Amino acid sequence: MRFRARVFGDDINTDYIIASRRKRDSLDPQVLRQYLFEEIAPQFAAGIQAEDAIVAGKNFGCGSAMEAAVTAVLGAGIRAVLAPSFARTYYRNAVNNGLLPVICDTSRIREGDQLRIVSGAVYNETTSETIVAEPLPQIMRAIIAAGGLVPYFRQHGDFPA
Amino acid sequence: MAAQTISEKILSVKCGKSAYAGDVVVCPVDCALGTDASTPMAIDYFEAMGGVRVLNPGRIVFALDHYAPAPSRHTAQLHQRMRHFAASHGILLWDVGEGIGHQLVVESGRALPGGLAVGADSHAVMYGALNAFATGIGSSDLAAIFISGKIWLRVPESIRVTLTGQLPAGVYPKDIALALAKQLGADGAAYRALEFGGPGAAALDLEDRLVLSNLSVEMGAKNGIFAADEKTFAWLNGAAGDPKMADPQTPDTAARYCREVEMDLGHLTPQIALPHGVDRVMEIRESAATTVQMVYLGTCTGGRVRDYRQALAVLKAGGGVAPGVQLVVAPASRTVLETLARDGTLAEFIAMGAVIGTPGCGSCCGTCGSIPGDNVNVISTANRNFKGRMGNGAASIYLASPASCAAAAVRGVVADPREFLA
Repeated sequence: MRFRARVFGDDINTDYIIASRRKRDSLDPQVLRQYLFEEIAPQFAAGIQAEDAIVAGKNFGCGSAMEAAVTAVLGAGIRAVLAPSFARTYYRNAVNNGLLPVICDTSRIREGDQLRIVSGAVYNETTSETIVAEPLPQIMRAIIAAGGLVPYFRQHGDFPA
Repeated sequence: MAAQTISEKILSVKCGKSAYAGDVVVCPVDCALGTDASTPMAIDYFEAMGGVRVLNPGRIVFALDHYAPAPSRHTAQLHQRMRHFAASHGILLWDVGEGIGHQLVVESGRALPGGLAVGADSHAVMYGALNAFATGIGSSDLAAIFISGKIWLRVPESIRVTLTGQLPAGVYPKDIALALAKQLGADGAAYRALEFGGPGAAALDLEDRLVLSNLSVEMGAKNGIFAADEKTFAWLNGAAGDPKMADPQTPDTAARYCREVEMDLGHLTPQIALPHGVDRVMEIRESAATTVQMVYLGTCTGGRVRDYRQALAVLKAGGGVAPGVQLVVAPASRTVLETLARDGTLAEFIAMGAVIGTPGCGSCCGTCGSIPGDNVNVISTANRNFKGRMGNGAASIYLASPASCAAAAVRGVVADPREFLA
């Protein structure tokens, strides 16, 4: 999978990803995508391109557990988020919806860098650097492999005993 | 069996085998809360998963709290959908005006010592004050609970927070939480449990412990938990639940902690979190003289009876609300509102010109209630102050204790509440 890096800072909370007040009028990801990061990067939503990946600092997705902060990102066509750490609710919600969360050192990735995500690592084609990624727990790998928690439950009907 | 933390013990009991930090366990859930902000999506996931029947409807509760009352046609329809789903599946639903789901879970005795309680809302961590393993989840995990009754969890490492000493007059549990957020940072407890203990924790009343557990998530914590004691059971005996179902857990003396933190409450001063981060904390006297135009008393952190009594004491000592300040009172539940009405507190707030909001989340996350205007400084008893959080990115939010918020209401500027408590 190849991506273009879109770089954000530390502690990006879910209200910054999508403001709670936007959910008053619609939960449709195709509507919410227009307001992605509106408080901190008002130009971002209009400039999203296919193959963009979010590259953030520590504690991405902190604050609310709202899942629209994942579905709105997916609705914009973004399929991966890289950060040295995630808020655990965002991490779970991402996996459950098939948005790939990659825990890795993002400090040397710059805006617009071309990235390739291969198993267990991120290769920065722009700088020729390979960054090791933290492995996901087995159950998360199984959910991602199924395509998210919905297809996982359609297949298995339950969690493993 | 090796020594365990409280969280390791609870999850071991729940999954039926010895579990330690780092293990992934699958556990039956004792109580799961869905709110109007999370449940409509959970119903979508449930249907997409092929869900037909809710396995344990008696262990699930819904609260209409984020849009209370519904501020738009869309949110009113979300409420209709939840009411219909709850009625069809036999799920208890707390309707608009009953209060914030988290407050209702603890008021109704559904979060029990040794239990596993989750909520599709990050502040579900609050139930840890009752010795429950309690954490926030998303809508998809809630849907999986509808179908299976279970959740998978990675057993967290624990940070032991030992509280010693006694809070001085004018200093409150919110100040402890903000000081801890400053020390640990917004991600200092990420993926981990905060386990509160020590004589200072034992001395805190249950309502005070709720504040610390509630704010645990602002340090990234998976859960924030206390041991159960006579205060816990006194609370449960006053609640509607069944304390006989409790299975309280205490930590082993040799339990392993990834970090130990100690705080002497006797030296603590009133604290304030500056815009736009909960860990941007300083002593309130360093921020004194910042003007405020709105004072917000409410939320699942600071909307309980003792919060309003503490705020009212300062307001009365200071002679009421300063001109140009809007005071908003939005109690955490109908029971809180009724108590304030019965003891005369509510009438005093009304006489001071307070705007009384519907019990619920109010404008904490800008979904309904009083939205601040551009360039307005708000001081609030809430748990978050992110830019735009209360519905307007051009406003600035400060967080402090109810007494500190009241002191700011009196002066029209940030002020030290101890000046009013001679």
